[in-house]
Amino acid sequence: MAQAPSWTAGVSPASGGSADSVLPARTPAVQDVRAILANVPDPEIPAVSVIDLGIVREISADRVVITPTYTGCPATLAIEQSIRAALDANGFANVAIETTLSPPWSTDWISDKGREDLRAYGIAPPPKGAAAASLKNQTAAECPRCGSSNTEELSRFGSTPCKALWRCKACAEPFDRFKCH
Amino acid sequence: MDAIATYALRLGDDSLILGQRLSEWCGHAPVIEVDLSLANVALDQIGQATHFLNLAGELEGKGRDGDALAFRRDVMDFTNCLLVEQPNGDFAQTIARQLLFSHYQELLFTALTGSKNATIAAIAAKAVKETSYHATLASDWVIRLGDGTNESKSRMIAGLDWMWRFADELFVMDDIDAAAMTAGVGVDKAALRAAWDARIDAVLAEATLSRPAPRRATTGGRNGRHSEHLGHLLSDMQFLQRAYPGATW
Repeated sequence: MAQAPSWTAGVSPASGGSADSVLPARTPAVQDVRAILANVPDPEIPAVSVIDLGIVREISADRVVITPTYTGCPATLAIEQSIRAALDANGFANVAIETTLSPPWSTDWISDKGREDLRAYGIAPPPKGAAAASLKNQTAAECPRCGSSNTEELSRFGSTPCKALWRCKACAEPFDRFKCH
Repeated sequence: MDAIATYALRLGDDSLILGQRLSEWCGHAPVIEVDLSLANVALDQIGQATHFLNLAGELEGKGRDGDALAFRRDVMDFTNCLLVEQPNGDFAQTIARQLLFSHYQELLFTALTGSKNATIAAIAAKAVKETSYHATLASDWVIRLGDGTNESKSRMIAGLDWMWRFADELFVMDDIDAAAMTAGVGVDKAALRAAWDARIDAVLAEATLSRPAPRRATTGGRNGRHSEHLGHLLSDMQFLQRAYPGATW
């Protein structure tokens, strides 16, 4: 089943320590961090934020946990740098960024907003759900330009690891499809 | 390095060398879709290698990271199987290598998702989704070339014939493998053979091809005994660190 990202409750840096622990100068609320990350675009697909892409797995007051989309995705480092820069620019240099591999990222974690952003950007969003994944992208993609399902796969590997190259037979436009993963 | 670190090193070396080999196709593939496909497979392999080699360095505990292991070892220190270092040849030979290796890697990673080493299990769980794409890509092309023209068929047969002698090494269990398996970290690779045979035979049947004639297996990669091809590959891959040791950017 689709598993939605879960946001951990804000963790006080003082929890578990003595009551008079020195707090960082700026301790953001979880919502603050989330709002900042919602404006950090994916470097390869700038129409979608790192939040909507589902690669931010956990946000707390002192750390952000992210996960790569594909093992060899060259954007992984750029994403971390973008998040770092955005946090620093908002005075949250104390918030650490950690990377986790498990559980592996799935396109089911792309939000509904993220799917619409992809479509508007010209990329057919991936089908949702475990059943769709088991079909291994065999189902016809919907053309993001004219909406037709009369489409064909040209190449399962596209311009980035996460996309396949398709063509619409109705409007004749080639388009990228986000692979169900 | 102890057995577990060596186990991680072998996994990383397989991915690294195949990733480097495949990247040689970049800009040279028959059509742009194939160029992108091979580059994507190469990226996945190099991503896996980064994780496995970083782990091997951590387990070794001597301050070496994945980059140090990739760029500052010489031929005899590499533990990859001989299959992945074989030259690309023509496109059919490259695809033959990919067929044999990707089906093995998908079966191996599926099994390794149960590894007691949490990092190996996590890398495998992530990578297996990508590896299934590689296996499908290779299978599709073997079928297309094998069941194609006389020219494509003869090239596919020649490619498989070249690579076939290196397949047995994939399933060899030596002391390192046995120790890793006993520790619950590694898996019984020999036990993957039956499923691999069934997959390869199914692809070959659809491609109207026969298995190449059996021949004596060529092995030794796991212990650093490589073909001459690996040295040339490393001289290219490691050029920068050899010419400018410690260079960073």
